Amino acid sequence: MQLMNEGTVARVVGWEKGEGECDWTPALFESVQEMDGFVYGDYAGANLSKYCVKMNKAEGKTLVVLKPCDTLSFRQLIHEHRLNRDNFYLIGAGCKGMKDESGLLLKCKTCKGKDFEIFDEIIDDEESKQPTAIMDRMEGVTALENETAQERFDFWRNELSRCIRCNACRNVCPACTCEKCVFDNPASSVASKAPVTDFEENVFHIIRAFHVAGRCTDCGECSRVCPQHIPLHLLNRKFIKDMNELYGEYQAGVGEEERTPMTTYTKTDAEPSIVRERGNA
Amino acid sequence: MTYQFPKANAEAIVKGISRAVYAPVEKDGLTSFERYEAGMNLALDTIPTDKSMKDVFFPQWENLMHFRVEGKTIELTEEERCHQDFVIFGARACDIQAVKVLDKVFLADPVDSYYASRREHCTLVALACDKPEDSCFCKNFGADPASPDADVTLYPVGDDYYVQTNTEKGEALVKEWNLDKAEEGPVEWLKGEIGKKYEELPFAHLNLKGFDGEHLKEKFDSPKWKKLSMACLGCGSCTFACPTCQCYDIRDYDTGNGVQRYRCWDSCMYSDFTLMAAGTPRPHQLERYRQRFMHKLVYFPANNDGMYSCVGCGRCIKKCPMHLHIVKVIKALGEEESK
Repeated sequence: MQLMNEGTVARVVGWEKGEGECDWTPALFESVQEMDGFVYGDYAGANLSKYCVKMNKAEGKTLVVLKPCDTLSFRQLIHEHRLNRDNFYLIGAGCKGMKDESGLLLKCKTCKGKDFEIFDEIIDDEESKQPTAIMDRMEGVTALENETAQERFDFWRNELSRCIRCNACRNVCPACTCEKCVFDNPASSVASKAPVTDFEENVFHIIRAFHVAGRCTDCGECSRVCPQHIPLHLLNRKFIKDMNELYGEYQAGVGEEERTPMTTYTKTDAEPSIVRERGNA
Repeated sequence: MTYQFPKANAEAIVKGISRAVYAPVEKDGLTSFERYEAGMNLALDTIPTDKSMKDVFFPQWENLMHFRVEGKTIELTEEERCHQDFVIFGARACDIQAVKVLDKVFLADPVDSYYASRREHCTLVALACDKPEDSCFCKNFGADPASPDADVTLYPVGDDYYVQTNTEKGEALVKEWNLDKAEEGPVEWLKGEIGKKYEELPFAHLNLKGFDGEHLKEKFDSPKWKKLSMACLGCGSCTFACPTCQCYDIRDYDTGNGVQRYRCWDSCMYSDFTLMAAGTPRPHQLERYRQRFMHKLVYFPANNDGMYSCVGCGRCIKKCPMHLHIVKVIKALGEEESK
């Protein structure tokens, strides 16, 4: 609030309470008076990094509140030249694990850590430095890997059959920031509001996972927002796990380095034949 | 007439109906109205279902016609309209009110014959809402959870359903069930209980003053839309879960030797909604977001004798990933009115 008074920042992106206890919404505050409604706490689950793309061209600095995992997305967006660091004032906010009506969020159950990758100022306490992960992040992926190809196929066919193509997963994803998505372009021949075959939704999600591979920080928003409860994060994590195994440990959104496993060639890179060997078909 | 049967018999009754039955079923933790088949998991206690009853009358995708090109002739085959009677079992008051809203759109001249044929062949069996959710606010919009308007209404009291028939169609259906006659007392008792429970809900009484054609410009120009719409992702969850959202797109699919013309739900939340040669009339999410609520709360009632096209089912409250919903809009813009 002081920063706003001093004119350091022109606006704040944070959260606002709604009607119910868990009913928190990302909100824009443009004046000190409005800041009365600002909240931060247990139900601030949404990743605000994506909203920054909209704010990037706004006049003056925007103050954004980011949780540790959100800072990875923010950094990744800088790497991709979607955000200009100078346009933002970043508050790193300590996180004790976020919740919704049914308890700890799935993404927090597999929390990646409490370090802030990028910030101007950190507000946290001892409790918010304690780990919140209660299960192994790759547990679900490993379980699927141990199944036969047919079982995996059946699993995904069933999960993806629920897709209603609302596009919430794409729209919330900080790695999906194309100004015009190919699936929104009626002239692209792939924009479809109805599937021609019952495989089309499946392909949409698989293609999307490929497009964000190497850039996805595993922020978990896709699965959180899916109204049809499709475990989309498992697709992304499979890519992350494979990349870690084939190209060495890598976390998108960490460090200054802009070159990533998927955009860098080295002589030790895996050969295409690896697909057959690892396919477990 | 009032009848009675044990709740435990509900599945047997649904199975025994000689016509196709659409009922709320649960699969993978989600509930929707599906064509019932043995082995499905009936979800008669769920309020509201994840997907609404709208799907039965106005499916997300449906074929309209097929054009076949042969030499210099084009052969047109229209998709068959619904011509067999069917039953919807377990409809709620909000969804029934929603169908009345859809009727205004699809049964007005020119009549949508795909929709109309389904309406004509349907017998509606409703369920009174004995356990409304905190997100329910249907009475604000003309629905009554204690007396849903249907051919047959089921009232859950204790371990039984009390059955009341409201039309000849309903009476004919219930006759097939061979039920015992019952007293009306428990039904009246339940209606009273539901009335009391509804009063305790957080959104039982919303101030809708000013949501009408008279205040159109004032609502449209409100500076509050910017803040209200800021978090909107522009996904279509709310419109797809909404029992009254009725916008659709008509598209052609090249089958190789002709064209399959189909229609599918569209959403005013999308950037290519009502896209024209000159571009889109609503270039930002703010305008798209405003359109959705203005349509439900202002334009629709202005054109339909005050009937809102929100029915208070609360699905948008449950489904929006960013917790934006119509109650927030009503409260934000309603306050403005009272100042």
